Amino acid sequence: MSGAEYLLFILMLSIFLGFELINKVPATLHTPLMSGANAISGITVVGAVALAGTGSETMAMWLGVGAVTLASINVVGGYMVTDRMLGFFKKKED
Amino acid sequence: MTTELMTQLGYVVAAGLFIFGLKMLGSPATARRGNMVSAIGMLVAIIAALLDQGIVDFTYIAAGMVVGGAIGAIAARAVAMTSMPEMVALFNGLGGAASLLVGWAALSPDSSTFTLVTIVLSILIGGVTLTGSLVAYGKLSETIGSGAITFSGQQIVNSLVVLGIFGGAVMFCMNPTDPNWLYMVIGLALLFGIMAVIPIGGADMPVVISLLNSYSGLAACAAGFAINNNALIVAGSLVGASGIILTQIMCKAMNRSLPNVLFSGFASVSNEETVVEGEIKPISVEDAYYVLEAATNVAIIPGYGMAVAQAQHVVKELTELLENNGCEVNFGIHPVAGRMPGHMNVLLAEADVPYDQLLEMDEINPRMETIDVAIVIGANDVVNPAAREVESSPIYGMPVINVADARTVFVLKRSMASGFAGIENPLFYKENTRMLFGDAKESIGGLIREFS
Repeated sequence: MSGAEYLLFILMLSIFLGFELINKVPATLHTPLMSGANAISGITVVGAVALAGTGSETMAMWLGVGAVTLASINVVGGYMVTDRMLGFFKKKED
Repeated sequence: MTTELMTQLGYVVAAGLFIFGLKMLGSPATARRGNMVSAIGMLVAIIAALLDQGIVDFTYIAAGMVVGGAIGAIAARAVAMTSMPEMVALFNGLGGAASLLVGWAALSPDSSTFTLVTIVLSILIGGVTLTGSLVAYGKLSETIGSGAITFSGQQIVNSLVVLGIFGGAVMFCMNPTDPNWLYMVIGLALLFGIMAVIPIGGADMPVVISLLNSYSGLAACAAGFAINNNALIVAGSLVGASGIILTQIMCKAMNRSLPNVLFSGFASVSNEETVVEGEIKPISVEDAYYVLEAATNVAIIPGYGMAVAQAQHVVKELTELLENNGCEVNFGIHPVAGRMPGHMNVLLAEADVPYDQLLEMDEINPRMETIDVAIVIGANDVVNPAAREVESSPIYGMPVINVADARTVFVLKRSMASGFAGIENPLFYKENTRMLFGDAKESIGGLIREFS
């Protein structure tokens, strides 16, 4: 059941869900939201590993290896810098 | 249970964790754990992907992950908080590039037309995101000039590029075995990213990086269609939605439409002269201290000039002294106070200002009349009353922080030069405004010495 219409269905639902979720993020957290989104967009690594691991040294494999490397920068860098930033946010202690 | 099923279930769990992580980002108290939840989701997704039985050789995968991970980790530790816009711009570009490569690698001789269309889309969006982000990075870090670059015939060149992309994309989908059409689309997509961002000035980069953030998600989404992977589609569209919302917020805060930001480099800017009446009233550090000493409610309105002067730590110190003196202190933060959405909040949080003292524009404006002293530090256009009062002003209609409604306004300013947008500011001439000239860090340092 992984036809195009099924994928489009998933797409529609997740866009609506995305709007609902992100609208509730307060302005004070918009920079961590963006860097966290950077990390999530590194999800491409999931698609890239299958292409990079074919063992055949074709062009497609090298493209996959490049994608794994770039997406890993996003995943690791994005989550780490977001964590670093959110560590600064503290509540007032009385 | 087959490994295929386990992989798919892994993606479902990962998507759930991403969604839950974003939900926890709805409050500063849970945000850090939310980021952790999202990171665990990513780990689950990667493990699920590695179960794929098509993978026979893990050498290059491991090499790519180690190299990429190390670069990411070093960058995340080293980056200064003032440079976050550059880092986000660069990361948007990398995300776009990764999607471009995945789309390209997904091409096989037996791809269906639907798959070919999605491959073209991931290459197109990924390519535009890559070079557009690099130009945005260059403008933000000022390695290239931050001004708008325009030349005659620019619109004609851009139209030709768009036509070329469209033609190349159609030809590629009809002749997928001829790689030349593919190379043409890749080349033109990269060119279009550059052409789209060079006519936009540095001051509008908050909008551009928000939009490119959205594109990096949409590129991942398109790549997800190309390789039939719904983890990419769900995560990509969450990022896409996030970028679009931030873009809208930035445009609204500047009172401009998105097309106006993207294409105004082509239009000639009209320079209306604002006629301002009144006189400038300077104040000394000592006199400013006497006013603050008697104040019971102070609001600080920071602009990016405060971060440039590296004054946020002394501002925090002054805040503490005022509070010890029995005064309530809050910060009023305009959405475009920093160089990206929420940037000013991060800079103040880094200086240990608690987040419950950081008020949004819509929260601080109704309270402004009860405030004894509003201190404007390094901000100009975001407190300009011309936006409300002078219909001929270029920023008329832009939402601003109404500092003039406070009993007294202190404006800390180096000299009388105009703001980033080059617009005269009638605030400086108001009856209740006092100008504290000099470097913001030194002026505040002087106030701190008076207090102690």
